[in-house]
Amino acid sequence: MTPVPQSGERSAWERVQLARHAERPHVVEYVERMFDSFDPVHGDRSFGDDPAILAGFAQFRGRPLMVIGQEKGRDTKGRMERNFGMPKPEGYRKALRVMQLAAKFGRPILTLLDTPGAYPGIDAEERGQAEAIARSLYEMARLDVPIIVVCIGEGGSGGALAMGVGNRILMLENAVYSVISPESCAAIVWRDATRAEEAAEALKLTAENLLGLGMIDAIVDEPADGAQCDWDEAAKLLGDAVERNLAELDKLTPAQLVAERYEKFRRMGGFFEEA
Amino acid sequence: MSWFRKDKDKDQPLPEPKKVRTEGLWIKCDSCGAIIWKKDLEAGQSVCSKCGFHFKITAAERLKQLFDGGAYQEFAERLRATDPLSFVDQKPYGERLEQARSKTGLQDAIITAEGRIEGRTVVVAALEYRFIGGSMGSVVGEKITRAIERAIERKAPLVIVSASGGARMMEGMASLIQMAKISAALTHLSDAKLPFISVLTDPTTGGVTASFAMLGDLNIAEPGALIGFAGPRVIEQTIRQKLPKGFQRAEFLLTHGMVDAVVPRTEMRDYLSRAFGFFCGPVA
Ligand SMILES: [Zn+2]
Repeated sequence: MTPVPQSGERSAWERVQLARHAERPHVVEYVERMFDSFDPVHGDRSFGDDPAILAGFAQFRGRPLMVIGQEKGRDTKGRMERNFGMPKPEGYRKALRVMQLAAKFGRPILTLLDTPGAYPGIDAEERGQAEAIARSLYEMARLDVPIIVVCIGEGGSGGALAMGVGNRILMLENAVYSVISPESCAAIVWRDATRAEEAAEALKLTAENLLGLGMIDAIVDEPADGAQCDWDEAAKLLGDAVERNLAELDKLTPAQLVAERYEKFRRMGGFFEEA
Repeated sequence: MSWFRKDKDKDQPLPEPKKVRTEGLWIKCDSCGAIIWKKDLEAGQSVCSKCGFHFKITAAERLKQLFDGGAYQEFAERLRATDPLSFVDQKPYGERLEQARSKTGLQDAIITAEGRIEGRTVVVAALEYRFIGGSMGSVVGEKITRAIERAIERKAPLVIVSASGGARMMEGMASLIQMAKISAALTHLSDAKLPFISVLTDPTTGGVTASFAMLGDLNIAEPGALIGFAGPRVIEQTIRQKLPKGFQRAEFLLTHGMVDAVVPRTEMRDYLSRAFGFFCGPVA
């Protein structure tokens, strides 16, 4: 086995590989380890239940927490069932329904991002993939409960961001979050998807990059060789980070939570204004 | 004045739009093949008089067509993009920006303006497709957000005319985040009970469709416009089959419940005026 490079020395492409590692814990593994209880909630009440989104109400270290995440599936069969973690409109609508349910009863929300992207298919377009994502962005902005967003693996563009409007945006050390996948980026700019490694570097998609650019609030440590090596430890580290951030957000009133989240996103983006 | 007047063509999907040939005084309509005198085309708002095909128009032409007397006042026109990632693909992003600026005369892929439509003050943001595919980076995101804020300040309705391939890759994550920023700002417009009409034109895809373009109090589309989340090529590659005819066209979105109306360009001003009259009452 080749030794895994130490955290700070890993290239963007190595992070992409780790974020997609076959043994990396997904939402299911975190849910099993982080919570005292978890009851799944299904369906968008309109079309169906999207297995690519796992949602449910949980007890987390003695307090209630609504949890929603994109689940990629583990083995071949699981991955097919979960559509590789690529949600369809009914998935985003389920996620939003569940988040609004949490807000109604004043319960904080944790979203776990791990998707290659929203599903690009005929049925998804017919049912309004774009509208489902847009609506989620809009409504998340005004939920008056604490929202913690953690990118745990692959934060694939709008399909991830749809569940990413939070008071705190965290990333696992080896997670990546990007406007476009390195492969698609390479295919567009060089007409050559095999140059994904270069694209990964150019896109500045690692947790360190994004913290430096002010796009996320903090990095959550993983076990030394990556989350895939020790699921229990990875879940404990994530749980500690969630607990810490929830405690901070507990101090804010519902109105402050909405205003703080708004200001955070309002400031994002770089430009200059000529005199 | 009413909706049942001019809908006779709506069930006929329009052919694939192609590039406009601008050389010379005559233009061939790539949809029906008719040879049209350029001046006639312009006088007809760049809609083919023979078949109704909607040629792409610039953001500036769009604003001239929408506002009374073609007059408007631009704002936030001095915002310029930075290159946060020092992004280099086949050429540096900075160079790409400069080329787009000299080609379009704009600083970025959008014009934000205030003017009047049938006497009513309206804020309009129009995306410029010729500027790096109308892509949304931080400047587009900021200017749309300022347009929303200006509409609130002026108590004026808002129109956003989209023509965009989505988020601007070369600005990385910051461009993606603009989707959330604008969507959040729209909640404030909604709280102020001011109407927002989203006008989707050819093409509107990706992160623009998946944020403000689908969040109008009314979403209206120009005939034949390609509108979707994923682009047709991406979908074809994913599902490995040909897409049905008319897929992701404005008329397809209408039948699937995603837009409220397909409105020809020549009727756009009247439509907006009626809608704002309905929402806000007569012009004070
Ligand atoms: Zn024609």
